[in-house]
This record gives sequence, C-alpha cells and structure tokens, in this order.
Amino acid sequence: MSGFVGAVLEAWDELRIHKVRVLLSLIGVAVAVTAITGVTAAVAMLKQGFAEQADRYNGRPVTLMVNAYSSTGPATSAAQTATYDAAYQQALARYSITWASRTQQTMAPFRFPQGTQTVPINAVDPAYGAIYRTRVIEGRWFTPEDEKAFAPVLVVNQAFLTQLGVADLRSHPTVQLGDAVTATIIGVQPEQWSGESPTAFVLYDQLTHWYQVDPTMGQALPTLAMWVPTDQVDGLSSHLVRDMKAAVPGLQVDVQDNRTWGGGELDSATKWIGLGVGGFALLLGGLGLVNISLTTVRYRIREIGIRRSFGATSGRVFFGVMMESVVATVVAGLAGVVLAVVLLKNLPIDRVFGGGLQDIPPFPVSAALVGMAAATGVGALAGIIPALVAVRVKVIDAIRY
Amino acid sequence: MIDLRAITRTVRLPDDRMLHILRGVDLTVATGEHVAVVGRSGTGKSTLLNLLGLLDAPTDGEYLLEGVPVSRLSNRARTLRRGADFGFVFQQFNLLPGRTVLENVVAPLMYAKGREFWRRRTLAAQMLDRVGLGDRLDAMPERLSGGEQQRIAIARALVRGPRVILADEPTGALDVQTGQVVMDLLDSVAAETGAALVTITHDLSVAARAQRVYRLADGVLVPLDLGTAGAEWVGDVPTAVGAAARPRELAPPVPREPAHREPAEPAAPAPDQQPAARHDGGERR
Repeated sequence: MSGFVGAVLEAWDELRIHKVRVLLSLIGVAVAVTAITGVTAAVAMLKQGFAEQADRYNGRPVTLMVNAYSSTGPATSAAQTATYDAAYQQALARYSITWASRTQQTMAPFRFPQGTQTVPINAVDPAYGAIYRTRVIEGRWFTPEDEKAFAPVLVVNQAFLTQLGVADLRSHPTVQLGDAVTATIIGVQPEQWSGESPTAFVLYDQLTHWYQVDPTMGQALPTLAMWVPTDQVDGLSSHLVRDMKAAVPGLQVDVQDNRTWGGGELDSATKWIGLGVGGFALLLGGLGLVNISLTTVRYRIREIGIRRSFGATSGRVFFGVMMESVVATVVAGLAGVVLAVVLLKNLPIDRVFGGGLQDIPPFPVSAALVGMAAATGVGALAGIIPALVAVRVKVIDAIRY
Repeated sequence: MIDLRAITRTVRLPDDRMLHILRGVDLTVATGEHVAVVGRSGTGKSTLLNLLGLLDAPTDGEYLLEGVPVSRLSNRARTLRRGADFGFVFQQFNLLPGRTVLENVVAPLMYAKGREFWRRRTLAAQMLDRVGLGDRLDAMPERLSGGEQQRIAIARALVRGPRVILADEPTGALDVQTGQVVMDLLDSVAAETGAALVTITHDLSVAARAQRVYRLADGVLVPLDLGTAGAEWVGDVPTAVGAAARPRELAPPVPREPAHREPAEPAAPAPDQQPAARHDGGERR
C-alpha cells in the first residue's frame, strides 16, 4: 500500500516540480485526445445529421405509405374519397397510430402582385411536420388548432414569400387562394436550392374545405403516411392493405415502408477515416511524449541514481517513471475531453449541418471514455521506454552522472 | 557488522585490458565504529564505498553483512537493505533539484513502509531540526550555503535510522571551518544513533576523527597510523591539507565510544548549540 501511494506521490511531485516541461509535453497529447474525442462525437452528430436529412425525404424510420389508385380508369369519385378517408381514420384508431398524415400533392392558384400563379401545394396534416422533420426559418409549423381556424393557413417557402413581395412575417401576410379565399401565411421554410419556385403547405382538411381541388392537377387520393414502431411494420402493412381494400373495393392499394430506402447511414469509410485521423493525431502526441520523456529521464539519471541509493528498487523506479507518464496523460486526457466538449457545444451547427439538427445528440459518453482510455494507454506506452531506460541505469554511474 | 574478505574489483577497459581497482581488501566495521579510508584520487576509495553500500558488487571475495553473504541476496533484497541499513553522504551533496529542504529529507522515507512512510514529513522535520535546519524546511537547497546543503544531506542520510553511514568526501566541497562543523555534526549524530561511520577522505583532519584509519593505495587497503606515518602521508596529499591545519591533522585519533562519546574536537561547539549560519561561512541567499 505504502509502496503504491509512494510511487503515485512521487509521480505527482515530479509533475508538480516540472510543470512547464510536463505542460509542453502534454499539449500534444491533450490536442490529440481532443481530436479523437471530438471526432468520435462529431461522427455521432454527423450520423444524426445524415439521419435527419434522410428523414426529410423519406420520413422517420419506419414510415408506412399507403397509396390507393384506380388501375382501370380515371379519377375516383367523391364518394370513394370520403370512404377512403373514413377508412383511414378508422385504421388510425384501430391500430393506435398517433403519428400519421395525409399527403396530397396538387396545384392551386394564388394571387401575387404580378398576377395569379398556379403553385404546387402539399396538403398535409399537422403530424407531417414531425414525421418529415420539416423546418421553418420563420414563424411556425401547423398545429392541430390550425385546423379549426376560420381561414386556411399556409407554410410557404422563401420563394413564395419573395414572389408575394413580403420580406418577413411581421406583417402577418395573407394571400388569396383561388377566387375568394384568403389564406394567412404562418411559417416560412428555408430555400432548398437556388432558383426554387414558390411552393406551399396547407392543411389537408382546410384545403378540401375551402378549395375545390382539381383531381387532374395531382393525386386523386392522398398518400397516407404513418410513422410506426419498427417491430409492428410487417403486421401493420398487411392489415392496412386488407382494411383499405375492403373499404374502397375496386381500387388498388399498396403499402411501402422506408426501411430499405437508405440514405440515412453514415458511410462507414467516412466513419473510419474520422477515427483514423483522431488515432493518428494521438500517435503523434504519444511519440512527442516518448521523445520528451526519454530526454527527461536522461536528464534525471543522477536523481534516479540517488533514489536508488535510498533503496528504490528497480521495480519502483520503473513504476514511478511510468506512473509519471500515466498520471500526466490522464490529466492531459481530461483536459482534452473537456476541450472537445467545449468545442462541440459551441460548434455552429447551423453552418455545419446546413440548417441545424433538430435532435442534437448529447455529447457521447463513449467518446469521452475513448479519449480517456486512449490517453491512459498512450501514457503507459510512452512511459515504458523511459522507464526501461531508467531501470537499466547503473546506480554508481548514475550518481556520478 | 560489516566483514569484507579478500574483496577484489576488476573492470574491463575498452581496449580489453583489465583494471584491478581493489586487490584483496579485508575490512571489518563494527556497530557504532568510526573508520576512515584515505588515499589519492583514483585509488579505489569510492569503489570500496560503493561495495560497502551495496551499490556495486565485488568481482571476487566475500562480503558478509551481519554474517550473511551479500552475494546470496537478490537484487531486490540488496536494494531494500541498502535503503534500510545504509545512509550515504556524498561530496557534492547530491540533493534532489527542485525540491525543498524538507522534500529532500522526505525522499528516502518514500521507500519506507508502515509508520515510517506515513509519518515521513514529521520524521524529516525532526531530523532537520536535529541538524539545525528546523527553520529552513521550505527553503530551496540551492539557495543555502554549502555547509547547510551538506547538513541537509546528512539529515537525509540519517532520517531512516541507518546502521551504517557511508560518507564519501563529506567535507570535500567545503572550506576547512565548515568542514569541521559538518564532521562534528556527523560524528555526534552517528554517535547518538549508534550507527557505524565509514568516511572516505583526502583530509587527514577528517580521517583523524576515526578510531581506525586505513590507507588505500593501488587497490590495497592497509592500516595507517597517522601518528607515525603522517609526514609521509602529507607529502602524498599536498592539496587537501592546509599548512595551518597540518598539526591538528596529524594528531592521534580521538578514541570514540558509540552513543556516549565526547565530540572529537572539544574546541568545536556541538551543532545543536551553535546556529549553523555562523559556522557555514554565511548563507548565499
């Protein structure tokens, strides 16, 4: 016990006395640990970024999409639409599906200062925003309360707003939909590419209430998007096909899920390259530490000899020199991890991920553990060589050194 | 306690010739005894001290430590005995750089066990107080005078209560007066603790304090009677002996009784009674 405590105290004393040298030698290790910890955490964020990007196109995993269409002929009747909608509501209730949205892509005329223009619109339910991670840069997305509004509300893209000649939502801008309906703009989506045309989201129920959709301008029946638990996908798919077919006989019904669509996984090569860069930085930091430790041990040969004359066994000298390295790198590792946390917490996520992450992952504990383990490992490895040199010194030569 | 029998130490030179440093050395040192070894530079004095202190091993012959052949001890056992039984005082003090006075004296106790380890700071402070440096605990040794530094080295050598103190030219880096004070201290503390003292020196006044004096020449250790061989010896060591000190250096050795001995130089006050700064030629801070 006293031997171990003595060795640790000696190591700490050595670090305390040679603060500047230790600090210089450990900067490399701390930076390397910051790199490896930061890269590990950044990989987690990148993974989340990729997943969210995929969710915006495909819906969150797992999203089922039910489509019904007539395989034989023209558009569906109003009665079929109503029956289809009722079956959809029943399915939601029967299978306790809480996150679901009808999605109907169509066109509608809006009156802009330059004149009326037909604009692609997407009629959805409020849950669509959560399922597809829709982003708004100003205002807000739809809420269930909006469905009860006395006039339709819109979430438009930046191009729509620009076409309307409005800079922002402070004036609560409105736009005329069709001939007589005035819609209020409550949210603005970011531009996805330059030169984008005006588009708008509208609530499905409001659209059908306030505007007579031309079935030739888009989907006759809405796609039904349902965000469901992964373990229920297969059972639900077959049940939904069966139920919807039974509700609207004569229509073809199919269900797709987004499990196999991909796009949300971080390329494993990217992951390994990131970790490789961090590992290489750590290797360089470790080599720097070995170099300085070796120089220091040679500088301390006389001191080691004196300690041997006090009765320091070779095992104790070996352990002591190695402990110096380990204690130092553990401290450096801690500093490196803290630095990585600070850097990542202050990362301009909007800039890095082009619009930011909705669900920013917490700093991964695994990254901190990887950093600390790497630092300790490097300390032990970097300590072995100088420790061997220290042990091989002949006491009488060392005292005269 | 220490019994060297026909010890030889030989080393191979880079040109493959053999250098015989010690040739058949016989030496016994009893508990509490003070033995001095004198000799010119390069005659093997330090090698003999290193062998005695288990820092080196003989090429041939037998070294019995309390009747046990040292050659039978493992490296680890030798090291542990060195720490527990031997205290070293070096010519150049060999204090640990960057450590305070107290930390230097604590250093050997870092290798002790039990109460000795856990009470290391108290024990070190007590020992420093004993050598007159109780008010210098937190000072840095490099800012103290040579005499004070050697007193730190003595405190460090004695803090584990060694049974043998090995002093290699303990006054070699000090002026005559400071050297006397340091030797007074070493003698008195060794006597109090009952430790054997083996001094290696050029200085005949230092050697004269010992009960037995040996001369090492060409690797051969022979008893030296300072009373009869002094004039011849002075001729051998022209630099270490000042003209003023010569009569006293040639005086017969003072008999030494371990633990109850009178100071070797009655004229010199005991260190505990005299503040060290007055005898050390002043402090350098």
